[in-house]
Amino acid sequence: MPSFILFAFKRFLQLAAVIFAGTSLAFVVAKLSPISPVETIIGRVTNRASMSPTAIQSLRETYTELFGLDIPLWQQYLNFWGRLFTGDFGPSLVAYPTPAIDLILLALPWTVGLLTVAVILTWIIGNLLGGLAGYYQNSRLLKAVGVVAIGIQPIPYYIVAFLMVIIFGYLWPVLPISGGFAMNVRPGFTPQFVLSILHHAILPASSLVLVGMGTWFFGMRALVSNIVTEDYVTYAELAGVEQRKIVSSYVMRNAIVPQLTALAMALGGIFSGTIITEQVFAYPGLGTLLIRAVNGGDTTLVLAVSCISVIAVATAIFIVDLLHPFLDPRVRVG
Amino acid sequence: MGDVLTVRNLKAYYQMAYFGVDREVRAVDDVTLTIRENEIYGIAGESSSGKTSLIKTFAAAIRPPLKIVDGSMTYRFGDLEIDPYKASKEDVDAIRWKHLSYIMQGSMSLLNPVRRVKKTFEDFAFKPMGLPRAEFWSKVRAHLERLGLSPNVLEAYPHQLSGGMRQRVVIALATVCQPEFVIADEPTTALDVVVQKDVLAMIRDVQRQMRSSVVFVTHDMSVHANITDRIGIVYAGRLVEEGPTRTLFTAPKHPYTAHLVASLPRIGDTTPKAALEGRPPNLADPPSGCRFHPRCPLAIEKCKTDVPPLETVGSDHRSACWRSDEVRPLAKIGTPEPEVVA
Amino acid sequence: MWTIIRDLIRYNIEFAIGAMLVGIIVIFSLLSFFSPYAPNDIYVVFPDQPPSAAFWFGTNSRGQDMFWNLTFAFRNTLFFGIMVAVLSRIISITVGLLAGYLGGWVDRSMMFVNDIFVALPIFPILILFYFVLRSDLNMFTLALIMAGLGWPFDARLIRSVAIGLRHREFTRHAVFAGMSPAKIMFEEHLPYVMPIVFSTAMANMIWSIGFEVTLGVLGFTNLNVPTIGTTLYWANNHSAMVVGTWWWIIIPVALIIATFLGLFLLAVSMNEYIDPRSRLRRMGGE
Repeated sequence: MPSFILFAFKRFLQLAAVIFAGTSLAFVVAKLSPISPVETIIGRVTNRASMSPTAIQSLRETYTELFGLDIPLWQQYLNFWGRLFTGDFGPSLVAYPTPAIDLILLALPWTVGLLTVAVILTWIIGNLLGGLAGYYQNSRLLKAVGVVAIGIQPIPYYIVAFLMVIIFGYLWPVLPISGGFAMNVRPGFTPQFVLSILHHAILPASSLVLVGMGTWFFGMRALVSNIVTEDYVTYAELAGVEQRKIVSSYVMRNAIVPQLTALAMALGGIFSGTIITEQVFAYPGLGTLLIRAVNGGDTTLVLAVSCISVIAVATAIFIVDLLHPFLDPRVRVG
Repeated sequence: MGDVLTVRNLKAYYQMAYFGVDREVRAVDDVTLTIRENEIYGIAGESSSGKTSLIKTFAAAIRPPLKIVDGSMTYRFGDLEIDPYKASKEDVDAIRWKHLSYIMQGSMSLLNPVRRVKKTFEDFAFKPMGLPRAEFWSKVRAHLERLGLSPNVLEAYPHQLSGGMRQRVVIALATVCQPEFVIADEPTTALDVVVQKDVLAMIRDVQRQMRSSVVFVTHDMSVHANITDRIGIVYAGRLVEEGPTRTLFTAPKHPYTAHLVASLPRIGDTTPKAALEGRPPNLADPPSGCRFHPRCPLAIEKCKTDVPPLETVGSDHRSACWRSDEVRPLAKIGTPEPEVVA
Repeated sequence: MWTIIRDLIRYNIEFAIGAMLVGIIVIFSLLSFFSPYAPNDIYVVFPDQPPSAAFWFGTNSRGQDMFWNLTFAFRNTLFFGIMVAVLSRIISITVGLLAGYLGGWVDRSMMFVNDIFVALPIFPILILFYFVLRSDLNMFTLALIMAGLGWPFDARLIRSVAIGLRHREFTRHAVFAGMSPAKIMFEEHLPYVMPIVFSTAMANMIWSIGFEVTLGVLGFTNLNVPTIGTTLYWANNHSAMVVGTWWWIIIPVALIIATFLGLFLLAVSMNEYIDPRSRLRRMGGE
């Protein structure tokens, strides 16, 4: 279907534009930084051993060249772009000389895994409950869910995660509140390790689900209570089509289309929430890495995490957008 | 010829609490009529006269705040006799589409936009038809072809079909199970004249093939002249006149019918049309006596106080007017020539 | 305006609860003007006292009376939220009305930029700003940055209403009467989008305060300015949960949840009341 390719191409242009704008913004902001990566490293080196001023000067020159800081800013920007394509952000300062990208590649799977699971769970649970609440408007149980959702939805990610740490860390310590897996389990593809990962993911994931669910619940409930008055729903009801089929294929199926668009729009915010949550639960993902980089004054790593975040979120939005034509037949032709 | 639908003193009111005041709108008020096998029964009247409420009631499609207040409504399909308002929901669902189907108003939006037409046929007709899958589909295809539609429409999504095509698909959908009773609410109103003619022909064809009963609702008297066998005229929630189409057009026995008929344009007729004064009454607060009396040229004192009963005034012809004998056709017209639709 | 608010309080339970919660918080934050202590003074009272008649919200490990300290924190946080809301409203109204009314390439390019902003993950960018600005990242700078990031959703919403307004009769009349586009947009169209501006302002405050709290807790703002975020930062810093000074955490968290809930209920009930479609019908009624 050539129309699909055209659609995908347009979305791809948008993806490229977002990545270009986001990473450029990150570059410019990072360049404003008064913290010089060269001085940070020299400070660290001279802490350990005293050096002669000439040795420090030659060290300074070496590092300036290594970080590519001895050339005009516009050239640095071009270099930045050239290196971005190869994933080369330069060495991290907190874990010098490990390349920043290696640290990110270690952290990224944790974030992507947590985010994917949480987003899918949140979206499905929220939409399902919201859809049912919109269709069965007299159900007491679903009304109660609505009240609870109203109570939780406005609370920011940090506070919910924080409350969960308080509850499950101090008041009722039954779940692990920090780390990605237990210390005494050796990483590897073993059942113990996988179980430990899942066990440690319960709290961070459920705090993300709790906060995120409300948006989908309310959105879906509002959509469904409009869709049930649509002619095609009334008509199917009059034809004696099974209620289960009406709820799923007629009501929810039509409401899912705008909810998918909303998901693409919300991904940036959800990503921010995920890295905040990670920090609270000391989860070994991008969020924790970012905070560590900030506290360690690691310019390279902060810039690298910001750029990778922009790219990751834009790519995720691109993927969700590509699902659109499969859910809405009207997009395929037009 | 037996009766398929027998309605006795049926009353259906909208009952609602409105700003703390209970209001009652008498949308269907004391209607008694029967609909026979193998006929097209037209229901005519101005907008907001209660036509749609009446046939929603027939289709067992009413929802609160519209409620049945009194009366009975019985369908007879062969040996099966059922009053949808006294039967269980399961029993009513069991007659839907198999015996009783409905072409709802607004064909543009009756089909689920994200579902292929094929799927909609399956949702609506597979269970009522009760056939194995292969046989079901060959029947659906045969039915579409009989109605002059290509079976390819099954693969389409609704947005890929034109308005006329969508209406035809809905008609095919409503008739695919060969139901004994079909209710059609303004099925041609949104269509342009040329398409309208084809759709009318289609409805008539399918009715002849199936020998079913069709209740056809429209405010357009020329459509009634073309397609119906009998007509019931509805005014302010009441049936005011009923009779064979030809009789009603040539010798109406109710002043309201006379006006409706006279409003039809005719070739060669140059007399100015007398417009009917006023508007249809507010059903929440209808006039006393005959509800038409404020607009009626023949009204007398009695009309303001006493409700005229629907009485037989000729062969197969009933009218609810105290002065039905004095009603004369308003325009000098011969027999309307129902345009023969191929 | 006042009659609308009165009717809402009377007939909409959500609005009434929301207005009450926000009202309490606003009054609470205004009490800061009567505080016996300066916001940054420490060790002015005996530390680690649980809530009592003398110290309603207890005292913290830094020797501050939590009640008065929190009045400052809420005043700063609310002021920050309002500042972001006002600034980002200005951007979203301008972009929304321009894109909606002018249409064409103006609309397309503005929405292209809009979509880029929607897709940016805000938190890493805020952290980057903190990283660069450090102690220069005061409330006002942070509010400017947040306003610069917080307009796109609402601009899109306003644009969709403005597109509807463009095709309406009174706009055509105004055009024929020789009104300038700027005049049409800001005198004729602005009143129609004001209801959306108000309800999205509440949602925007929830959003910006949420980030302020998060940055504050992480220690990524000026820690000498009492806000909800910095209050929690100091509580964590002194391991309040571990040493048992629970009131240092529970009370601010409870109050901030009350604030969010109040703002959210206001936004939701206003949204329902002024659903753009019904509002348009009512305002433009024949």
